[in-house]
Amino acid sequence: MTDQAPQTEAQTAHRSLYAPDARTRRRNAAERRFRLYGLIAVAVGLGFLAVLLTTIVRNGLPAFTQTHVTLEVALPEAVVDPAGTRDPALMAKVYTFGYEPLLDSALAAAVAGQGIDTDMTPARLGRILSAGAPAQVRRAVLADPSLAGQSVTFRLLASSRVDGYLKGRVARADLAQDRNLDPQHLDIVDELRVAGIVRRGFNAGFITGADASESRPEQAGIGVAALGSVFMMLVVLALALPFGVAAAIYLEEFAPKNRLTDVIEVNISNLAAVPSIVFGILGLAAFIQVAHLPQSAPLVGGLVLTLMTLPRIIIPARAALTAVPPSIREAALGVGASKTQAVFHHVLPLAMPGILTGIIIGLAQALGETAPLLLIGMIGFVASTYPDGVASGFLDPNSAMPAQIYEWAKRADPAYYERAWGGIVVLLVFLLGMNLIAVILRRRFERRW
Amino acid sequence: MTADAPKILARNVQVHYADTHAIKDVDADIADRTVTAFIGPSGCGKSTFLRCLNRMNDTIDICRVSGRIELDGEDIYDRKVDPVRLRARVGMVFQKPNPFPKSIYDNIAYGPRIHGLARSRADLDEIVETALRRGAIWDEVKDRLDAPGTGLSGGQQQRLCIARAVATEPEVLLMDEPCSALDPIATDQVENLIDELRSRYSVVIVTHSMQQAARVSQKTAFFHLGNLVEFGDTDQIFTNPQDPRTEAYISGRIG
Repeated sequence: MTDQAPQTEAQTAHRSLYAPDARTRRRNAAERRFRLYGLIAVAVGLGFLAVLLTTIVRNGLPAFTQTHVTLEVALPEAVVDPAGTRDPALMAKVYTFGYEPLLDSALAAAVAGQGIDTDMTPARLGRILSAGAPAQVRRAVLADPSLAGQSVTFRLLASSRVDGYLKGRVARADLAQDRNLDPQHLDIVDELRVAGIVRRGFNAGFITGADASESRPEQAGIGVAALGSVFMMLVVLALALPFGVAAAIYLEEFAPKNRLTDVIEVNISNLAAVPSIVFGILGLAAFIQVAHLPQSAPLVGGLVLTLMTLPRIIIPARAALTAVPPSIREAALGVGASKTQAVFHHVLPLAMPGILTGIIIGLAQALGETAPLLLIGMIGFVASTYPDGVASGFLDPNSAMPAQIYEWAKRADPAYYERAWGGIVVLLVFLLGMNLIAVILRRRFERRW
Repeated sequence: MTADAPKILARNVQVHYADTHAIKDVDADIADRTVTAFIGPSGCGKSTFLRCLNRMNDTIDICRVSGRIELDGEDIYDRKVDPVRLRARVGMVFQKPNPFPKSIYDNIAYGPRIHGLARSRADLDEIVETALRRGAIWDEVKDRLDAPGTGLSGGQQQRLCIARAVATEPEVLLMDEPCSALDPIATDQVENLIDELRSRYSVVIVTHSMQQAARVSQKTAFFHLGNLVEFGDTDQIFTNPQDPRTEAYISGRIG
């Protein structure tokens, strides 16, 4: 009725198509307004996205470069292999304390070699280097005992203050209160930089490495946590995929429509909206306190994320199955296919793109989830070593990427803040990769009917 | 079994959809090698009754069928009967052409494959060719058997579906308004095809078009409000209906 103009004498008379009446003008104006609102909404969304991405990239990129000091280090046999046996087991008795003076004097020699005048002792000068540098040299010597007695060139990590100075994060004024480094060090760094001894380069260690202690941010990497995430995703994939898809197929194609299935359906929809931390405390109670699975293990993390992901896989999978036209089922049944044959030969292949997309979106959500990991101890744990083997990957304490990022963001040192942003970039690259896979699979499986 | 024993015998068939009594007390004998048309206004139950004959209604949860329907003297609703085997013998063609989104070849080969009718690839090729010939579509598609079945025109798709239905060597072919989505030319082709199919199969066709029923069928059943009002030779139904409701429908006064 609203579309019909009331019949008046004026309107029953001749009306030109060229002259729009007031009603048409109002309707067109309303449409234009609505389009404008839509455009504004999209523009605001895109604007926020642009701000977000540029902030992440700008703050995160510095984490992918790191300052190194290239030094020729003399490794006298008397220090690194006092027994003279070249036996790594015996050489391991020399701790990193033994190597520290070697690096300090190597640095002092390099400084002197550049003709730089300084009254600092080698030990004080050595603060330019990372506290992790002696360990790096020691590992190299233990891996190859023949290095003892030689002079070897190493690319050593600089301390995070030096790194921060090269990245513009640390200024001379900041060092007034600093007990590690003083402005004099930075003068030397400037000159070493000109000489090419101190150099900022790509930081593969950030992508592959393990987390480090709070005082050595220059050493910290996200690699081990990423591996933890990968192991968790394997658990989620192995459990949520078969159970989720099977549940969706059963509910959609086979289950009788009665009150029980109605209740199940409502509950699945509600589960998808349950806050993830609830699944975390459920996992703590069920898997750790009752089943006594190890704490902080990716296996438990994966189980918790499976619970969380299941409804998020079932719902889109069911939607994809519903979208297959019933005529296809009838056609299959009509030529004498059984219900199962109709579903697996015809309905499922057609629903596959939608199901796969749902699975990958579900996995991507699980990958970024932090709250449930909080409760099963995957946050706050310093994952400092690689798991040795697959079983250890599932069962040994580890962290996950979002947990690691949260952990870094908590720490006081601004160098860790930079790493938190860098971790976000790595996480986003993972997510982007998964979404790309979803798009490719969708294209590949898509069929018209 | 005598030569004129009915292929399908229905006695006292009732169908309920939840609280709706859709088919009331229907008795019908459907002869072999004959085209039987079901006519009647929309919602009269003719499609529902058709779907009882190969137990397609089993797939509808709220549908209950009672009474007795026999195929060659065997009760198709007996507990020992597997509807899958029944449907291989009683094929069905639907209102809207519904080829699988696969190649033309795979559309035809699907039924024979799942029923294990072919022992070799050559066997299967032959079955596909025979079925496509019986579907009167072989000449149009023989050069593109790998093309998707969904790429054919509406009329071709429907003939493909008929070929698919005959590929499993059924004895009865049920057709639920097979021409309602087709243009007059395609309809004519399908009608000619139905006439040919009569030499091998018992064909039951539901149609909204009385002209079509008159053209293709030898027997006609008129359904009204869930009752089988009148069932007899097509000529007699259209020229000399016994029931006033049949007469009213045929002359266009109800429906």
